[in-house]
Amino acid sequence: METQEIINSRHFELTLNRLCQELIENHGDFSETVLIGLQPRGVNVLTRLKKLLETILGKEVKCGALDITFYRDDFRRRERPLIPSATNIDFVIEKKKVVLIDDVLYTGRTIRAGLDALLAFGRPSEVELLAFVDRRFKRELPIQADYIGKAVDTLNEERVSVEWKEIEGEDKVLLFTPTNSNG
Amino acid sequence: MDNLSVEHLIGIKDLTKQDIELIFKTADSFKEVINRPIKKVPSLRDITIANLFFENSTRTRLSFELAEKRLSADIVNFSAASSSVKKGETLVDTVNNILSMKVDMVVMRHPNPGAAKFLSERVDAKIVNAGDGTHEHPTQALLDAYSIREKLGDVAGKKVVIVGDILHSRVALSNIFCLQKLGAEVMVCGPTTLIPKYISELGVKVENNLRKALEWCDVANMLRIQLERQDIKYFPSLREYSMLFGLDKALLDSLNKDIVVMHPGPINRGVEITSDVADSKQSIILNQVENGVAIRMAVIYLLAGKIDR
Repeated sequence: METQEIINSRHFELTLNRLCQELIENHGDFSETVLIGLQPRGVNVLTRLKKLLETILGKEVKCGALDITFYRDDFRRRERPLIPSATNIDFVIEKKKVVLIDDVLYTGRTIRAGLDALLAFGRPSEVELLAFVDRRFKRELPIQADYIGKAVDTLNEERVSVEWKEIEGEDKVLLFTPTNSNG
Repeated sequence: MDNLSVEHLIGIKDLTKQDIELIFKTADSFKEVINRPIKKVPSLRDITIANLFFENSTRTRLSFELAEKRLSADIVNFSAASSSVKKGETLVDTVNNILSMKVDMVVMRHPNPGAAKFLSERVDAKIVNAGDGTHEHPTQALLDAYSIREKLGDVAGKKVVIVGDILHSRVALSNIFCLQKLGAEVMVCGPTTLIPKYISELGVKVENNLRKALEWCDVANMLRIQLERQDIKYFPSLREYSMLFGLDKALLDSLNKDIVVMHPGPINRGVEITSDVADSKQSIILNQVENGVAIRMAVIYLLAGKIDR
């Protein structure tokens, strides 16, 4: 297994800041906007963005966590059942602008399930997608992100992992390549 | 975490502690789902479930139906009163006929102990036991333990007394297995005639005095007298039973602590508990019903995950 650091901790901070500015450009003071992180790892991106946005704006930004386990399209096609995480959305998203947030955008299937799950909480006026890492050209569904931290070109056998100083001890994005791969 | 260790839910006896904890963790998520504005998830939209009730039921049947519908499964209902069983069809024939209509899972209540196990060995579908005679009622025990966990934080180390007709109660047996697996202490209390002779071999305490039992416990699970299963007289009269083993407000208030009162339903108000106890703050009877849907969703969801296509 070969490991490559595609975003280091300095670059990581810059990327988060840039994503905040892009969000503010489109959503102003966030009075009509809510941020929803997808469980489990999208919530890490959300937590950090929320902190930065609230510092810049000087006000609270409405946030929630959404678990999509029961909406997946691969139920019973896996060896083990998926253990759900908590959904925590204590507001109605009716007529709100929603930004869905995930750490890695790959096949698009998680986002498809997320869009489905979102409808249980009302009909949003619009939904956007923020992905910290976009594994581009790997989509299995017609889904694209509106805000992208970093776009990377990867092979299917490779794996991308976003790590956080709160959890893993350091902010970074790693790309794992199996050594027998000839790509 | 792994999946359930069993292919069917026949009884709590077959489950491991890990199985029960997995069901509880999954139920936590479903409890959140059933409190959403839209209480439905699409997980089981390609699964068909048959609810076979060879014995009367209100709560369990409605609870299973709601659980199935909230998971988006297709369901067919069947009750013995309006079926060909009356014309002499055997259980296996009835079920095989239903299965040839492509049913993936069967939820069954039956008056004969062992009916669910018998069926699981003979037909190709996941079986969920919704009560088999005086044997087991696993989902009731799971929701009871889940409700204790919700109310008191944990089941381990808690003292639970089951009061009433232990002899005819599948709820009592499933509860004993479930609570013990989770590390609780269990006592049974009732007239000697309604306590099975060898019950202490299961490791439960036996007490004939209700006040002593209540003073010992943290939780009292009050069972109904199952007159429909009693072929002979086990006690002189319901009034006498009620005076000796019925829980009223005066007795509850005279204890030096607040115990939790449970009842699996249906309640015979004025017999095993009085109305003011059933509706008191210490009673979690309606929480049990709400948790029942979440628990049954979890059981069905986890078993459905084991169906091969």
